[in-house]
Amino acid sequence: MWDYTDKVMDHFKNPRNVGVVESPDGIGEVGSLACGDALKLTFKLGDDGRISDAKFQTFGCASAIASSSALTEMIKGMTIEEAEKVTNQDIATFLGGLPEQKMHCSVMGREALEVAIENYHTGRTSKKILEGKVVCKCFGITEDEIEHVVRDNKLTTAEQVTNYCKAGGGCGGCVPEIEAIIERVQKELRAAAAPAPAKPRTILETIRLIEETMEREIRPTLQRDGGDIDLIDVDHDRVIIAFRGMCAQCNVAEFTMKDVVEAKLREFVSSDITVEEAKA
Amino acid sequence: MKNVYLDNNATTGVAPEVAKVMQPFFRELWGNPSSMHYFGGQVAHHIEAAREQVAALIRADPSEIVFTSCGTESDNTAIRGALEAAGPHTRLITTRVEHAAILGPARHFKEHGGEVVELGVDASGQLDPAELHRELAKGPAVVSIMWANNETGVIFPIQELAEITQQAGCVFHTDAVQAVGKLPINLQQTPIDMLSLSGHKLHAPKGIGVLYVRKGTKLNPFMLGGHQESGRRGGTENVPYIVGLGKACELAAEHVTAEGPRVAALRDRLEGGLLKICPDTTVNGDRVNRLPNTTNISFQFIEGEGILYHMSDAGIAASSGSACTSGSLEPSHVIRAMGVPFTAAHGSIRFSLSRYNTEEEIDYVIETLPPIVTRLRELSPFV
Repeated sequence: MWDYTDKVMDHFKNPRNVGVVESPDGIGEVGSLACGDALKLTFKLGDDGRISDAKFQTFGCASAIASSSALTEMIKGMTIEEAEKVTNQDIATFLGGLPEQKMHCSVMGREALEVAIENYHTGRTSKKILEGKVVCKCFGITEDEIEHVVRDNKLTTAEQVTNYCKAGGGCGGCVPEIEAIIERVQKELRAAAAPAPAKPRTILETIRLIEETMEREIRPTLQRDGGDIDLIDVDHDRVIIAFRGMCAQCNVAEFTMKDVVEAKLREFVSSDITVEEAKA
Repeated sequence: MKNVYLDNNATTGVAPEVAKVMQPFFRELWGNPSSMHYFGGQVAHHIEAAREQVAALIRADPSEIVFTSCGTESDNTAIRGALEAAGPHTRLITTRVEHAAILGPARHFKEHGGEVVELGVDASGQLDPAELHRELAKGPAVVSIMWANNETGVIFPIQELAEITQQAGCVFHTDAVQAVGKLPINLQQTPIDMLSLSGHKLHAPKGIGVLYVRKGTKLNPFMLGGHQESGRRGGTENVPYIVGLGKACELAAEHVTAEGPRVAALRDRLEGGLLKICPDTTVNGDRVNRLPNTTNISFQFIEGEGILYHMSDAGIAASSGSACTSGSLEPSHVIRAMGVPFTAAHGSIRFSLSRYNTEEEIDYVIETLPPIVTRLRELSPFV
């Protein structure tokens, strides 16, 4: 037997909001007999713009019935904008979790809600999720839908995708394609998680940064040896400096230039910087 | 709580007589039958007695009985051992509705370059012997066809299929796990080369099986090791379980003739009762050539898992060919091979009875199940 939570069993045995809402504002139908589960969701908006009633009819296993029942309970009282943000994870969490292989039941709930909201906005009853390229031909799952579950649930393997939306669970012929989608979405997710690249600096900001770096990282070293440094000019990535004091006569000034000045400015300002000594 | 167990094709309860004869072999007679001392030696003849009891049930010679650990091991041994012994270019001919214990080794053979032919079945789950005839005409093969289907109970014409194979000079194996103990079997008359049976399907414990190997059949051993079972299966004998299986076979031999019609009458009562009360309900598979204890019923427009959970709450144990209960996403391969429409495939329930079921239990199911079906149909968008 499946390891269902008490809440799943409660919603399966005592399903809430069974049926069809009278003159609904939104209707969402997903799945089919062939797929092994199907859900018809209907909702009605109250005068306050919030969902006043929601009902379901479900063909499917215990967790499909429980997910549908949970969905109707969750969206009652929500505005359309709030309902749009409900994810399959929210449904699973409401039920205290679902077995991994049954996560597709929560995804079916989110899909039905999405289609019902689409129906509310546009009056269309066609299944939005069936638009686009069909990747899994056995279960009729599109590229968009696979991307959606991968993104929402941060999935990393084709097996997980099968658990979440059935794609790949029939003949298995589309598994390489699913893996390619996972890789693409994961790449996007990683890029989004990385810090945003810094805005290009103005020349004034660059000069300020060079001066700060010289003051903090370079000058103290030189001053210890009785020398000093001045910034003469900045021309794009070319930084012109002049050595003062002991440095002006130092035999190893060339060395200091590359290994200290240029290295520090590359580290703290820009890796493209080259440093030159001002011609006397 | 009530406990109406109608899942005997999955496993059966150990008969009290069987449990009793096993007891001494745990605490007293625990020696190794191969040992050269009185303590081990006194065990060996109990194994031989069990071998005779098994042989008697299927009318074989005791020397043709090889004890294994389970039905799956017997099936693996038969298929892999026979194909290996037969040499290159031998195909495997089987059916689309076999148990996983056959489909698994068949897939393995295919993945390693072998050719596998799967015979299809019609809407009643029956196959056409002429198709086997045509396939055998194409060249050498090992044939493995189940005696009775575990999901629908459909019985294949094994006598005819075995004869066709014999005439072609090929090896015939049958997975008879569901048939032994439920149907009279006589290997003096049926030219079968190998037959698998499993203890826990006939009131012996889990963990013991048999492969019958007719004298002269070419078979490489699968479990390599010691000299046990005349070199056909290595490994120290599982003495208590072998003794238990012997007793279970003796009981089956006593009961099989009288029990069949009695269990069939209960099954028919259940089937008739449910079909009469529940609309849009059909029986899957050939109702004439069928095990006496099995019925597979589709309740249209609802899904099997929900039915099982509600029945379980009421103390009724059965199983389903629905996708959800198998852990896979598609309904049972047997139901699909028969071309059962999706409206019915997902809501198929198997009831499998035993000699321990009573009329009162059956009436309880007839009374309890229809309201469950009604409740689930009220939730369904397809009704």
